[in-house]
Amino acid sequence: MNLTLKVWRQSGPADAGRMVTYKVQDVSPDMSFLEMLDVLNERLIIEGDDPVAFDHDCREGICGMCGMVINGVAHGEQRATTTCQLHMRHFEDGATITIEPWRAAPFPVVKDLVVDRSAFDRIIQAGGFVSVPAGSAPDAHSVPVRKEDADSAFDAATCIGCGACVAACPNGSASLFTAAKITHLSLLPQGQPERVTRAKAMVDQMDAEGFGGCTNTGECTAVCPKGIPLDTIARMNSDYLQANKK
Amino acid sequence: MKFVEGPEIRDTKAPEGPIEERWEKRKFAAKLVNPANKRKLNVIVVGTGLAGGSAAATLGELGYNVKSFCYQDSPRRAHSIAAQGGINAAKNYRGDGDSIYRLFYDTVKGGDFRARESNVYRLAQVSVNIIDQAVAQGVPFAREYGGLLDTRSFGGAQVSRTFYARGQTGQQLLLGAYQALERQVAAGTVEMFTRHEMLDLIVADGRARGIIVRDMVTGEIERHVADAVVLATGGYGNVFFLSTNAKGCNTTAIWRAHERGAYFANPCYTQIHPTCIPVSGEYQSKLTLMSESLRNDGRVWVPLRKGDDRAPGDIPEDERDYYLERIYPAFGNLVPRDIASRAAKNVCDEGRGVGPGGLGVYLDFRDAINRLGRDAVEKKYGNLFEMYERITGENPYDVPMRIYPAVHYTMGGLWVDYDLQSTIPGLFVIGEANFSDHGANRLGASALMQGLADGYFVLPTTIGDYLAAGPFGEVEEEAVAEAEIKVRSRIERLLSVNGTRTPDSFHRELGKLMWDYCGMERTEESLRKALERIPELRKEFWENVKVSGTAEELNQVLEKAGRVADFFDLAELMCLDALVRTESCGGHFRAESQDADGEALRDDENFAHVSAWEYSPERVPVLHKEALEYDYVKMTQRSYK
Repeated sequence: MNLTLKVWRQSGPADAGRMVTYKVQDVSPDMSFLEMLDVLNERLIIEGDDPVAFDHDCREGICGMCGMVINGVAHGEQRATTTCQLHMRHFEDGATITIEPWRAAPFPVVKDLVVDRSAFDRIIQAGGFVSVPAGSAPDAHSVPVRKEDADSAFDAATCIGCGACVAACPNGSASLFTAAKITHLSLLPQGQPERVTRAKAMVDQMDAEGFGGCTNTGECTAVCPKGIPLDTIARMNSDYLQANKK
Repeated sequence: MKFVEGPEIRDTKAPEGPIEERWEKRKFAAKLVNPANKRKLNVIVVGTGLAGGSAAATLGELGYNVKSFCYQDSPRRAHSIAAQGGINAAKNYRGDGDSIYRLFYDTVKGGDFRARESNVYRLAQVSVNIIDQAVAQGVPFAREYGGLLDTRSFGGAQVSRTFYARGQTGQQLLLGAYQALERQVAAGTVEMFTRHEMLDLIVADGRARGIIVRDMVTGEIERHVADAVVLATGGYGNVFFLSTNAKGCNTTAIWRAHERGAYFANPCYTQIHPTCIPVSGEYQSKLTLMSESLRNDGRVWVPLRKGDDRAPGDIPEDERDYYLERIYPAFGNLVPRDIASRAAKNVCDEGRGVGPGGLGVYLDFRDAINRLGRDAVEKKYGNLFEMYERITGENPYDVPMRIYPAVHYTMGGLWVDYDLQSTIPGLFVIGEANFSDHGANRLGASALMQGLADGYFVLPTTIGDYLAAGPFGEVEEEAVAEAEIKVRSRIERLLSVNGTRTPDSFHRELGKLMWDYCGMERTEESLRKALERIPELRKEFWENVKVSGTAEELNQVLEKAGRVADFFDLAELMCLDALVRTESCGGHFRAESQDADGEALRDDENFAHVSAWEYSPERVPVLHKEALEYDYVKMTQRSYK
């Protein structure tokens, strides 16, 4: 396959940035999207150009480090797939592909396609945990958990923190990310003691970071590589309202 | 490559007495640090995987002043996150005859009698606390309809002791540790440094006193001093270029510590995982593992006849060779990883492999789907099947998976004593980065167990014994400056070569060489070839590598070049270690040492020891042996037949 890439290049936070066009030849349909970019970068290095900076690590769809907007869609058009798991067989020979970073004010660009997502860590710091110091836990079987609850908690807990939900949201909201953690812990008996304070602290932190509000557009869940359902946001709102009643 | 033999290591600091009392004894003997003093003690933890994340969180909870470092943009990305199958624990919730003793026994045997009994027994003891801790944190393990935890069986065991969270156990356990860590960041006990890479260890007055790091965004070189340093920087499987490790996994932190005096133990012990997706082309950047748990229900086979290129569905039952079930009737598809991998290699070498290049075997779910129904199979393995389809474009519900072994884990690592302290006082090493618990072969679902045992339970106790003598005062400026200058000059050197080959092209060539000569099967001839070729390639690297950009910016080429440079030196030591160990054991298979059936043949008389290597700047490493004694598990030739 031969492709034309239009890639966002930005040398640093102070640079205005621009789209730059590259041709890539002899792309194999079995390559992953990032392997295709590797091929481009190997060439750019040898030609003395600056290779395209992008975040990636596990390349098996679980670490949440990679992420780019491909042809206008976060992680590309294939559903429930991270960028690293997207393969070139889903593109046409001769296609032009645009590649951009996540765009949201709380995710400033570091360089090219690399953005700063530390706001997510700060939302977790605000309350995305159960306070249980090592060594203080009772026997694991002392509290049975309904299988349905455990399974639903698991579904919410699979969030990989990639930030695609924010990139896709017209409001730049981090509601799906925040709600996924709130739902995971809120469905389990272990999460009950801090349930209400957790929701309030995390939502307040999300607002403080400058993420927008949720208007139920649903773009987030559509691009989410783990298919975190939209109803987690309803649960977050419910827990948050309870906190404000008190 | 030459080497010399140095004095044996005689004291591992493990207490004497009955094995089940040793850890209790050590805990009681360990000095305590009074709570008011903990605040004055600074600890650096490098790496935020299961071991590093849990250690930093726990040390913070105890009141120490912790600095935590990772090269990723968030501690949640560490590669523990990719572990799929599960975590072992001797809970015996099934009542199927499991016990701490049995987990200990299985692990010592699975490691082919090359691990320390004391350490492994402690690991089995602590395993039960890990499950309690994780459940209390809200880790959503799989459960039965009665609300209790579900378990499954894994390779090398005949009991069901593996706890799991669908195919994402590592992710869920890591997020538990990550959340505990972020809680301590909020509490002010842990300061977090993301996108920072450790490039050297500061050793002053014979103690580890800090690290030199590079801020990967600004390029700034920073000094961080402390009273103790903990390395939790993972394994070095990426020396093979293609492995199941994350792209960023590297040996730099432990290698630089090795250069500063920490012994490197058993570098040749490499785990080749049997169930990975085969290589599809030259551009391949990494390999993806399919959880070993698939071997619970999937059946491994190849055509009986060489060169049978019919579609798998067209090959009738009596023309298939379910070779694991045939050769190992007792364990069948659940033999340990080293055995399953070599068996796959053997059938492919016979010309019976499937898929492109004949480098693959089938992992077939047809019978499981017929027996349990498609829904049940989907519930258990759905996400793994999806992952497979995404990568290969084939649907494993209809066509059997194709799998082939790939480098997955390294049992070797920095030598540590019973306290997890290296040969440099004040330098502790935990998780995959150390060598201690898995011997020559790690059993499935034991990596998560070891990482969390070290981080939550072992290190926080043993490091206290060391820190009780602290704080250790100012660090001499000379030692810090020397380390910083070394780091800076190395970066300048990499940038100044300005040759014609990329760091990746060298890495790929080194990896291929290691796979061919120091991979699943090693011979004296292949290892000698590798030891001849590695220095040549390293020389070319330092004369012809091309690193674009500057040191004062986000520069992924520079990061990569620094890691590849260290892989060359490590590769050489791995091959030397493999050459010296003329026996076969676990993941280390020397073709010269096999029995009549082609199984690994140990040489206990000459090799029942740990090989701990001391660095030498003249490239004449010093070998220190630590004798291994088995008082509880009788040494036998492993048999899974």
